[in-house]
Amino acid sequence: MKRSNTFLSSISKKYIMALAGMFLMLFLVFHLSTNLLMLVGDGEAFERAVEFLTLNPAVKIMEYVLFAGFLIHIALGFVLMIHNYRARPVKYHRPLRTETSPFSRFMFHTGMIILVFLVFHFLHFFFVKLGWVDMPAGVSDRHDFYSMAVILFQNPLYSALYWLSFVFLGFHLKHAFQSAFQSLGLNHTKYTPAIKVIGTIYAILISVGFAIIPFYFLFIYSP
Amino acid sequence: MMRQLDSKIPEGPLAEKWSSYKTGLRLVSPANKKKIDIIVVGTGLAGSAAASALGELGYNVKVFCFQDSPRRAHSVAAQGGINAAKNYRNDNDSVYRLFHDMMKGGDYRARESNVYRAAEVSNDVIDHFTALGVPFARDYGGCLDTRSFGGVQVSRTFYARGQTGQQCLLGTYSSLSRQVAKGTVTLHPRRDMLDVVIVEGKARGIIARNLLTGELERHSAHAVVLATGGYGTVYYLSTLGLGSNASAAWSAYRKGALFANPSFIQIHPTSIPVLNDYQCKLTLMSESLRNDGRVWVPKEKGDKRHPAGIPEEDRDYYLERRYPAFGNLVPRDVASRAAKERCDAGYGVGDTGLSVYLDFKDAIEKQGEKSIRDKYGNLFEMYEKITGINPYKQPMRIYPAGHYTMGGLWVDYNLMTTIPGLYAIGESNFSDHGANRLGASSLMQCCGDGYFILPNTISDYLADDIRTGKIPTDSAPFEEAEHGAAEKIGQIMAVGGKETASSFHKRLGKIMWDHCGMRRDAGGLKEGIELLNRLEEEFWKNICVPGTAGELNQELEKALKVADFFEVGRLMCEDALQREESCGAHFREEHQTETGEAKRNDASFAYVGAWEYTGRDKKPRMHKEPLTFDYVEVKERSYK
Amino acid sequence: MNFTLKIWRQKNATSKGSFKTYSLDDVSPEMSFLEMLDYLNKMLIEQGEEPVVFEHDCREGICGSCGLYINGRPHGPMRNTTTCELHMRAFNDGGTIVIEPWRAKAFPVIKDLVVDRSSLERIMQAGGFISVNTGSAPESNSNPVGKPVSDKAFDAASCIGCGACVAACINSSAMLFAAAKIAQYALIPQGKTESKERVDQMVKQMDAEGFGFCSNTYGCEFDCPKGISIDFIALMNREFFSSKVCKQRHT
Repeated sequence: MKRSNTFLSSISKKYIMALAGMFLMLFLVFHLSTNLLMLVGDGEAFERAVEFLTLNPAVKIMEYVLFAGFLIHIALGFVLMIHNYRARPVKYHRPLRTETSPFSRFMFHTGMIILVFLVFHFLHFFFVKLGWVDMPAGVSDRHDFYSMAVILFQNPLYSALYWLSFVFLGFHLKHAFQSAFQSLGLNHTKYTPAIKVIGTIYAILISVGFAIIPFYFLFIYSP
Repeated sequence: MMRQLDSKIPEGPLAEKWSSYKTGLRLVSPANKKKIDIIVVGTGLAGSAAASALGELGYNVKVFCFQDSPRRAHSVAAQGGINAAKNYRNDNDSVYRLFHDMMKGGDYRARESNVYRAAEVSNDVIDHFTALGVPFARDYGGCLDTRSFGGVQVSRTFYARGQTGQQCLLGTYSSLSRQVAKGTVTLHPRRDMLDVVIVEGKARGIIARNLLTGELERHSAHAVVLATGGYGTVYYLSTLGLGSNASAAWSAYRKGALFANPSFIQIHPTSIPVLNDYQCKLTLMSESLRNDGRVWVPKEKGDKRHPAGIPEEDRDYYLERRYPAFGNLVPRDVASRAAKERCDAGYGVGDTGLSVYLDFKDAIEKQGEKSIRDKYGNLFEMYEKITGINPYKQPMRIYPAGHYTMGGLWVDYNLMTTIPGLYAIGESNFSDHGANRLGASSLMQCCGDGYFILPNTISDYLADDIRTGKIPTDSAPFEEAEHGAAEKIGQIMAVGGKETASSFHKRLGKIMWDHCGMRRDAGGLKEGIELLNRLEEEFWKNICVPGTAGELNQELEKALKVADFFEVGRLMCEDALQREESCGAHFREEHQTETGEAKRNDASFAYVGAWEYTGRDKKPRMHKEPLTFDYVEVKERSYK
Repeated sequence: MNFTLKIWRQKNATSKGSFKTYSLDDVSPEMSFLEMLDYLNKMLIEQGEEPVVFEHDCREGICGSCGLYINGRPHGPMRNTTTCELHMRAFNDGGTIVIEPWRAKAFPVIKDLVVDRSSLERIMQAGGFISVNTGSAPESNSNPVGKPVSDKAFDAASCIGCGACVAACINSSAMLFAAAKIAQYALIPQGKTESKERVDQMVKQMDAEGFGFCSNTYGCEFDCPKGISIDFIALMNREFFSSKVCKQRHT
């Protein structure tokens, strides 16, 4: 009999992927709620929150965990993609005409787009904080994310880039939410339909929520 | 010269025969079992049950099937259920009653001792399947549910929706898979058995063709078990799988195993009729439909009105008219003949005039569509898929179709054929169903044979073989058998004619259906034999098999099977010809009552007709095994 | 009806295959899809060509032998229908029908439209059974099983092993196949005793055969001719988790 030569079984990988994904989804909620503080009074609440977070050692640790979460999720995504590509060496002449959700079939693709976005996003904020990238002109403190956001989003091109990315993020999350439950085996005839609805609402709230910020700085905000 | 057939029926009272006989059977010790090889051909219920049970005991088992997986054998298509004398309904069922029903249903042409034993082990079969995780239907208390079936007055049929055969087969397949993993059973899928090898008078192996490479393989063993099913595809159109065939059993017949009651073949009354000329398969609609459906044809000949437009008074519910006591629930043979009678008289419906209506209108009116959907939903869906007609709105059209062969290789009480070391189990033997099989008895018999009977009786034979050692495959008999098989393949490939194997098969089927089908008469049977001879001659002049023998060649597989069916068909006709009576599924026009019912002749024909092969182009010789009835009263079957 | 058929032809496992186009006239809408292919083959043989090889046996949708990838759908355009149950009335007259074999690394092509599905066989051998010897079964009704549970086990058990789930999966994953068997036995008391060992072994074997990984697109459920639910995959995942977390160490 053939023996499996991979370190982790297919379902273990699925579990880890789902757990990492769930963690990232939680992070998105946290990230969004912090960001939305930008809209409250000239960003003072936001700045206070940032200050609290930068000084809190627990957050420092969580930053590493978050980083690991991203890495695992992305790395596994690639591993799965390559493995699955190899699992069908000869492709169909007529592509599959399935009527399943397109969100699910293009998870890797939307994931890739989000990854590209993430690189930009890090260049704009996170790497600036770490000092790997120079601060944009007009910003004097590496931790002054508010000013960085103001400068960035007043550029319509960047705002458009962010909006587009949030659309794909929404697509990714739409499937991700209930898929994570399925992968973890948390499936129930009674609750799964509700999970699907909550997943859709979650995806819309996250992507719309994030999209509001560039919108605010581009059209409403005036210094 | 008439051979004395020793059926080895043990002495003693019926109810104690099997248990006391079993106690006296010799055993093979666990250490010695490892030294013994057994070949099992066929992986239906009987084959995979036997192989797994023998594997569990510790024998080296080699299993062969022509499909890519053992799970695809045609037992998978059985719908209705499996009988057992559990008496879970408290309806006064018992082993004796099951035995009695089978004897009567078989029109008193079965062997008492074997039938009783099949009934006796039926309860163990259900217990074993339950333990294997077969999802039989259950009631709300969690206990097994049963339903009633044609020809009996108790509710003893265990079922798994309309897929009992599938679920049971997956059960035996799971136990087989377990033995494969343990290494006691080796699987040889995609093999066709071409011949059985006899060494010094004993069955010691087979010649199998590897269907992927075309290679002829020699496999040796201390005993060979055939579980190769029936030969119903002799009619071309039947409810069987397209791969089902007679060739394995037929090679045994040619090597000297007797073939019993070949003309006993069950025609199932409720199958979807022929819809087009290219059809090669008839799909069965479960017998259970007749519980609620009413069978009718128009009163006027050639009435081409839409069935819904034919008012009550213009309909002839002929089963209810002819058999008021049983109505639509008469046994299969009676229902089939009655349908044929109406169609032959010109009252049939549909474009071909070869079908009758099975109408659920009244049942739907009385019980509501939901209730009917709950009972038969999957069958109605299947009907609609195939015909494109919604049976909730319009009556089904049905017609009889070849289904199950009661006849088969003659076996003694040990299930051994007349060749020592060659066993036949399940549908491939003639065993337990006499001249007509009752619904849900075939699964019961197959599993009983495979799990509980054969493993006991075969050890008695194998006890002599513990010192034999491996059987070599380079001996002269293997050489000859392989050579013979290669020669036959060579001959077929060399013809280079114009007509396909399927086309010959279809013509052969038509001859058999017309001359040796539901109603037979001496003139027709003789003519049938003539036509078969002529067709066979034509076959050997004009068969066309493209490609080569050294590759996956489905046309060659078909041609090899059709080549054997000419002989099968002739023997069926011969057997039907000699049996000057009507019994069960065998109906001779010459022997019927004034009202057109079957007329049995117990004084002259209470025997098993076992045929011996005497050589190519020679008339086979029949031997008789007289049947005695000590525990049932032989009565006339009446359903009026 | 008339059709243009574009069929994958491949002489054997090692040769390179290609599509061949045939035009077929006078097809009756009453024909099943396989009868249409029989009709084509009859013509091909009579013209001295080699017939198209495809697998089939029962022709009533239960044996699982047949399985063709028709116009981008395993078992063709009708849901809950096997290839043999599919009829030509489901197609538009004059249309083109593209017929391909199942495609997956674990299902290598043998010839034309026939693939080797023995990988599924080995998954079953790894643990698709309840270890009970003949003769040792207790009385059936000594262990009642609730009807809802029993019915659910049946739903899982109705798998015919055709491999359409693999063919329909964008990842060529066999999760639905393995899950159906694992779930059937995990649900009923008889199967629980060895359910941890079973899921562990079967998943291991499934991975070894080179099937893809599930990404929850549910294409398998959509194209399964028996409509087996992806809920069973979730159940398998759960079983797998508990087998890993609660595995007893044997000393």
